[in-house]
This record gives sequence, C-alpha cells and structure tokens, in this order.
Amino acid sequence: MTVLAKVGYYEDWWIQLLKALVIFAVVFQFVPIVLLAERKVLGRFQHRYGPNRVGPFGIFQPMADIGKLLFKQQFRPDGSIGWMFALAPAISMFTAVSVAALVPFSDTVDIFGTQVGLYGIDPSIGVLYAFAFGGIAFYGLVLGGWSSGGKYAFLGSMRAAAQLISYEIAQGLALVGVVMMAGTLSLTEIVHYQEAHLWLIIPQFVGFVIFLVAAFAETNRPPFDLPEADAELVQGYSTEYGGGRFAGFYAAEYLNIIVVSALTATFFLGGWLIPFVDPPTWVDPIVVLVKTLFLVFFFFWVRATLPRLRYDQLMALGWKVFLPLATVNALVTAILVVET
Amino acid sequence: MPYDPGADVVEVVRAPKGGAVRGTYRAFGETLRGLKTVMGRWVEGPHTYQYPEEKTPVYPRFRGRHKLHRFEDTGLEKCVGCSLCAAACPADCIRVVAAENTPENRVSAGERYAAVYEINLSRCIFCGYCEAACPFDAITMGHDYEMSDYNRSDLIFTKEMLLAEPLERTPLRSMGE
Repeated sequence: MTVLAKVGYYEDWWIQLLKALVIFAVVFQFVPIVLLAERKVLGRFQHRYGPNRVGPFGIFQPMADIGKLLFKQQFRPDGSIGWMFALAPAISMFTAVSVAALVPFSDTVDIFGTQVGLYGIDPSIGVLYAFAFGGIAFYGLVLGGWSSGGKYAFLGSMRAAAQLISYEIAQGLALVGVVMMAGTLSLTEIVHYQEAHLWLIIPQFVGFVIFLVAAFAETNRPPFDLPEADAELVQGYSTEYGGGRFAGFYAAEYLNIIVVSALTATFFLGGWLIPFVDPPTWVDPIVVLVKTLFLVFFFFWVRATLPRLRYDQLMALGWKVFLPLATVNALVTAILVVET
Repeated sequence: MPYDPGADVVEVVRAPKGGAVRGTYRAFGETLRGLKTVMGRWVEGPHTYQYPEEKTPVYPRFRGRHKLHRFEDTGLEKCVGCSLCAAACPADCIRVVAAENTPENRVSAGERYAAVYEINLSRCIFCGYCEAACPFDAITMGHDYEMSDYNRSDLIFTKEMLLAEPLERTPLRSMGE
C-alpha cells in the first residue's frame, strides 16, 4: 500500500476525536473575539471607540450580530444554482477548520499518563496539507459567486480565482526557504528546528514578508479584498448571500485570519517557543495564541492603513514583484543551505 | 536680479519610479511610514463624545429650542402677547392669542398677556428672528437640541413647556474649547 504521509506521533482514535473537538472549540471561540477586536481596534485607529453598547465594553456585540444573521430568512436568488449556492459557505468553513488542525500548540505532552500531541494532526507533509486545503478554499469563493447568478457576484468570484492562484504561488515559494532550512515539511519539526537554531524570521525575513503579504491576499483582507471590493462590486462573491450562509462566509474569513496567523507564528516566529526561557509545558499553547493574536492585530493594523489596490496593481505586485522575489529568496536559501 | 524661487518650490513626489526594485523598496518604506501614522492615531485616543450620556457642548450663541422667561423677582411672565414674534417668524410657526390682565388674574407685567403661546417646532427653522423681534426679551433661543419625538403633534410646544426649565441642561462650551 502506498503511504501518502506519516504522522509524527500516533494516538488512539478516541484521543484524536477529543483533540479534534477541543481544538475546534478553542479556535472557533476566537472567531467572535477577533470579530469584536477588529471593530474595536479599527475604531481606535480612527479616533473612535468601536462597539461599546451591547453589554459591558460591547462584548456581546458579536453574539448580537451572529444572532441577527442566524434568524434571518434563508434567501436564494432566482437564477442561482441551489446545491452549489448552499455548498459554497460549507466549503469555506470546512477548509478553514481543516487547516486549523495543523497548528501545533505544543509538542507531545503527558496528560494523566497518556502521551498526547497538542495539535490536531502532525503529518509529515504538513506544509503541503495546508496548501492543499488553501487550494480547495477558493472553490468556496468561486462557487459561491458563480452559482449566485448575479454579475457582481460573478465578477467577485473571478477576481477571487485569479487573485488566490497568483498569490498562492508566491506564498508557496516563500515557504520553500523555510522548508529547505528546516529540512522537513512537518510543522512540529519546523518548530523544533527553530528551537535549535534561530527563529526563521531572521534568516528568512524576505520569505516572512512575502508570506505575510500573500496571506493578506489569501484571506481576502484589505488591501487585497478585491473579491469583495464593496466600492465596486457591492459585496463581491457574497453579494447574494444573507443570513446563516453569509455568517458561514464571514466566520470562515475570520477563521482563515486566525489560522494563517497561527501558521505564520509556527513557521517564522518559533511556534510555542520563547527566547532564552524554557517555560513549563502548559504555557506553550498560551504562547502560540499570544503570537497568533499579535499577528491578527497586525492584520487589523494593515487594514486601517492601506487603501485597496487597483486590480492591475494587485496582479503586477503578485507576478512581477513577489514571485521573482520569492524565487530569488528560495535560490539564495538553497545556495546557502548547500554551502554550509 | 534673476528670479530665485528658493524655498517656495515644493518637489512633487509621484508614484514609485525607477523600476521594480526601487519601487518595491520605496513602497515597503512608505507602508511602514503609513503603519506608524495609523498607530499614532491610536495613541492620540478617541475624539468622540459618548452621545446620550455625554452631550456635545454648544456655543453660547447656539440657537436651540426657545425659552419663555419670567421676571425673577415677581414671577410674572415677560411676554405681553404683542405677537411681534409671530409677525417676524419666516416659518410662521408661532401662534399667540393675547388676553387682558385683570387685578385678580395678573399673569404678565404689561397690560395684556399671552393666553396661548405655541411654537410648532417641526416647522421652526431656528433663525432667531423671534428673539430679535421681542421688545421685552421674553423669548430667547435656548441651548437644547434634543427635540425628536414620535408624533408631530408632540412637537407643538405650549407656553407651559416653553416656560419650564429643560429636564437636562445642555453643556456650554467653555472658552477656547
């Protein structure tokens, strides 16, 4: 039998099930937090407070938003293709949650005498797994826009297809440097490499910048929110969506931000490591979450700063700047890795 | 003497020039500068008023809802029912019906008083002409600006409502604010 991938550490099925539930619960709880945090942080950046009316400091605002969305009528335009229309947000959610399984919160730890790896899964092809699901994720956007049967939604989905493909190449090439230096595709192994050597943000700074910028494009965040450019395309691929299905897209977008931030923290910022100190194991997940939230904050910061790119500028940046830069970065890294 | 523009010349910086490398480098630097600027806005702090609790202060000459006045010592109304305010009103929103003062029922200081004094605030344009027309300073423009209501008929303010102190004072802007 062909072995597709090996896992770093094998656990019983019931541990895996429990782990999946816990990780899903924890990561999913961050969606409303990030949703509220974005609006508050953006408010601060614009000299205002952001939501502060619903509950103390506005902490119930995301609940009110989600409640409103879920109680709305399920609406479908006449010209849409029913099953695809319903499938698209599900694909978006599914891929976002699937990649969340990769994030290593710590190494294998001893919990009540059972060895448990604090990650959903640690396949030997972790990076490929992430990119595979990233590749599927854009079906959610494209199918959603295409099956809506509206021109704005269609334009949005076409933009999404072009943008996601162009930036996935640069993102993948930016990671090649990391993979070559660490000599592995497994995420825990990459963190272990950073434990022994420098954090990869220092030797792979160019790769870090390219990866981060491409991550903005992959998650459709400003300044690369061309697929939903509300000034030109109403709401882009999600124009015709409302109620629970829109909530699906919305939650998937924020889940993607969290997951991509967590992956960036793992690849470049040393995962659960803190420099010069060796904290007890229970601190590790907190360290990962803090690093993730810091990067999420950076997402908001950039959103408040940069205006949306024009479409040709977006394509020029992807193909003429980031792709050559990532290629050169990979080449230089390859030469240095072979030399030493 | 040849013309020397000197420091008056401002160099116009256009979009990134000079090839992809320099353009990228400059765009990167400018992005960092933009990030710094935005973080500076956070450090400055919010500039908003938390409206229902914290009202925007108004200037002393702000023309808000009208007030009718009484003499402070005798408690008599200043308004003598002359209808000059109604005549001056361009929006025609003031209605005055005058009545004679009698020794038993003395309402105002003059010969007559306003038996009915109504201002329809849904028509009022807050021009302040009534205030200017009044010979006794009986009507002035107050500082209240919260006048929304559910019914149009609730916006017709009667004499009693105009004479009463507002429930909540609108803050005045202090010097230099």
